Amino acid sequence: MTQQASSPEQKCRGETFQPKPILSVNDLQVQFGSTPVVDKVSFDLYRSRTLAIVGESGSGKSISSLAIMGLVKHLGAKVSHGSMQFESDLLGSVDLAQLPEEKHRIIRGREISMIFQEPMASLNPVFTIGDQLCETLMIHRGISKKQAQAEACQLLDLVRIPQSKRILGYYPHQLSGGQLQRVMIAMAISCKPKILIADEPTTALDVTIQAQILGLISDLQNELNSGIIFISHNMAVVSEVADDILVMRNSKEVERNSMEGLLAEPKASYTRNLLSAVPELGSMQGLEKPRYFAQYSEEQETLPERDLDKQVKYAEPLLEVDKLSVRYSVHDGFMGKISHYVHAAEQVSFAIYPGETLSIVGESGSGKSTVGRTIQQLAEPHSGEVRLDGENLFELPSNRKKLFSREIQYVFQDPYGALNPRKTIGASIIEPAWVHGLVRSKKQADERVAELLEMVGLKAEHARRYPKEFSGGQRQRICIARALACEPKLIIADEAVSALDVSVQAQVVNLFMHLQETQGIAYLFISHDMAIVERISHRVAVMYLGQIVEIGSRQQIFENPQHPYTQKLIASVPTIRNRKQNKSPEMSAEIPSVIRKIGDEPDVHEYVEVTKGHLVANHSPALTN
Amino acid sequence: MTAQTEIRTTPAWFSNAMARCRNLEFVVGITLTLLLVGLVLLAPVFFPDGGESINLMARLAAPFAEPGHPLGTDALGRDILARIATGGKVSFVVGVYSSLGAVVLGTILGLYAGYYRGVLDTIVMRFADIQLAFPFILFAMTVIAIYGPSLERIIIVMIVTQWVQYARIVRGSVLALRERTFILAAKSYGQSSAKIIFSHILPNAMGPLIILLTLNIANNILLESSLTFLGLGVDPQTPSWGGMLAEGRNYVQTAWWITLFPGLAIMLTVLGLNLLGDWLRDQLGKSVQ
Repeated sequence: MTQQASSPEQKCRGETFQPKPILSVNDLQVQFGSTPVVDKVSFDLYRSRTLAIVGESGSGKSISSLAIMGLVKHLGAKVSHGSMQFESDLLGSVDLAQLPEEKHRIIRGREISMIFQEPMASLNPVFTIGDQLCETLMIHRGISKKQAQAEACQLLDLVRIPQSKRILGYYPHQLSGGQLQRVMIAMAISCKPKILIADEPTTALDVTIQAQILGLISDLQNELNSGIIFISHNMAVVSEVADDILVMRNSKEVERNSMEGLLAEPKASYTRNLLSAVPELGSMQGLEKPRYFAQYSEEQETLPERDLDKQVKYAEPLLEVDKLSVRYSVHDGFMGKISHYVHAAEQVSFAIYPGETLSIVGESGSGKSTVGRTIQQLAEPHSGEVRLDGENLFELPSNRKKLFSREIQYVFQDPYGALNPRKTIGASIIEPAWVHGLVRSKKQADERVAELLEMVGLKAEHARRYPKEFSGGQRQRICIARALACEPKLIIADEAVSALDVSVQAQVVNLFMHLQETQGIAYLFISHDMAIVERISHRVAVMYLGQIVEIGSRQQIFENPQHPYTQKLIASVPTIRNRKQNKSPEMSAEIPSVIRKIGDEPDVHEYVEVTKGHLVANHSPALTN
Repeated sequence: MTAQTEIRTTPAWFSNAMARCRNLEFVVGITLTLLLVGLVLLAPVFFPDGGESINLMARLAAPFAEPGHPLGTDALGRDILARIATGGKVSFVVGVYSSLGAVVLGTILGLYAGYYRGVLDTIVMRFADIQLAFPFILFAMTVIAIYGPSLERIIIVMIVTQWVQYARIVRGSVLALRERTFILAAKSYGQSSAKIIFSHILPNAMGPLIILLTLNIANNILLESSLTFLGLGVDPQTPSWGGMLAEGRNYVQTAWWITLFPGLAIMLTVLGLNLLGDWLRDQLGKSVQ
């Protein structure tokens, strides 16, 4: 990266030499009606530098970028104050806040372009990749269809999509999420923009794919010398790519600094809280027990980091899963005969002990949720056993099965969808207790609801409200309260904190640990987030293509990973400490499919015990990359 | 993420205006409906003769031409207002009972078909297809021809032909709802299927049902009138709005009031119910949005 640019830090000190910013935003205010959603925000963007805008949902970070694109009018908002001075090659120096729509259209997509969060939703499903790429080229560069196609081909090579010629003829649904994001990037850089806005470009992607995309973006920056505005809620991701950073909260600017400056000395308490809430992979090195996140209030540390104060007894397992396989059939042809099986889970075995947390990690499609759902009787097993206190679930009569659904409770990923919008939260929370006859009267139910709400840090008087009145974090607490209603021995938390903002995530993880400490609940914690898993788990199982490839204590897995897939997974996690390591961008390594023809059984892994309790699947050298 | 939550916020003046419109909708809807229902319910008090006393001296009197006949009289000198008030009973009974019957039958079949899928779904939906393909008038004529006209038979004919639309709409909602996480959550803590269907799915599928129900009541009032007009409805002795239209047909050129006022009664009832239904749907949506 070139060193021509100076940070705003230096600018403040009034150094004489400084390059001109390509975009200078001053006192920007955007309003919906009379409500400001971006309030007095200023920043400068320089050539070849990356500015990160960080904030939680609703902080106004996306709206600021849409203002630069001139798209806020489209949403019914208006830029009510401030200026956005942009050094355009086509129009000269212009203020984007004053620019009329016709002129904005000239530079939009050509000098300023954007990558969106949801690649699947940003591409039109009825046109081919080639059509959509060529469209941008033909509009802005005025070249013929044939030239555009040749160019599109080169672009796909640039974003490292193999077999670019063939891919051009594909429709969006034929590509994976990672490939689609590459296509979106190709589209965004097709006119060699001066400014590239990336709005949460990797949030929807798996961690190994995320690492590839981040590498790609920084490579392209070196080639194109663009200024990048990188919008994210993830401090760790931002710390890997950004030179400068702007922290936003409640539509206002909280802190603006160079990335190094901010990491070395965060000034605002909000920033400190944000940084402490980011789970750092490797921060638990040498520690044996799960550990609480530190919590800050406005000024001081209110809750220090501390170990979970509870010892797990590894004597009798609470839940044993033995050679569990789950297959979904794929029907084909006129008569709907089964032609293929999706081998969602294959010969999965593990045990959970009372009061411990076992995490299952893996990327999407690894079968980790399937295992959880089968234990909860939400999916049918193909073979295998699940034993709770020694009884096999699949052999029980249905009235005994019901007892399983009392002892084991499930917390889902999406706190917005998991509550019936037409029931008060009190009614939702107590429903499981009614189902299992644990409350007998209205009065008893109300008392229990109050107790449960207080247990998860909400107030008893909230019981009469509807889900829409609560934030995502609060709703997840409500879901946890519901899970607690039957006093379960095991809670399956399926990506339970993935949809939450980081600071809220830390609070909910703390809540999980607190409940374990006080009530001795065991967790099956299903997650793709390695850093959270490192915090919360006693033991960890890594799943890949429906099978467990490695299982052991947290220290064994994170400090001595044996399987190449585990190693790759850990290496892909962005961390604040190891920022700007130039990870070599790999060619797109997609996860292979688990759909197989009938009779084509996958090879079942054999395990080797490395140290006591640390099992690793025998691996072929093919996976080592 | 941010964009989505913030797009929803509309300017204050706009939402205020919308709220005022909604209010107006409610006021007009409830006034019209209450007015007509009141008129029909109180008919025996105001018009003890049931609009059947014949006064040949005052036949085909224009509105306000004769004392005691504010809306005029028909060809036999019977009071139009009295007949509208009395005849409304038939319209309301047919409209309300047939729609309620259809909504109950259709909703239950739709809920179970959508929730369980499989064979049940196939059977119910193929039945629905056959029902849709069968011309209503032909069906009504066949039934009336065999069993003779009566109020109950008309209601049954309507229920049998109209459950289909409810079943289809409910099934559609159920198919979307059954994949939602809160249904999965209810299954996860062992809630029974019947409870899931009636306490989780049904309340969330109510919005379109309510709208369809009010539209359907209005529609069935029209349908009853048409059937009576064609001579397939209630027996000719009983006054009804459709029957009055049919009788007035011959005098449209000379005595427009015979057809206009029952027509107006039908129109206002339908309008009132539609407005009310619209408002009700918005109210139901409020806890969710």
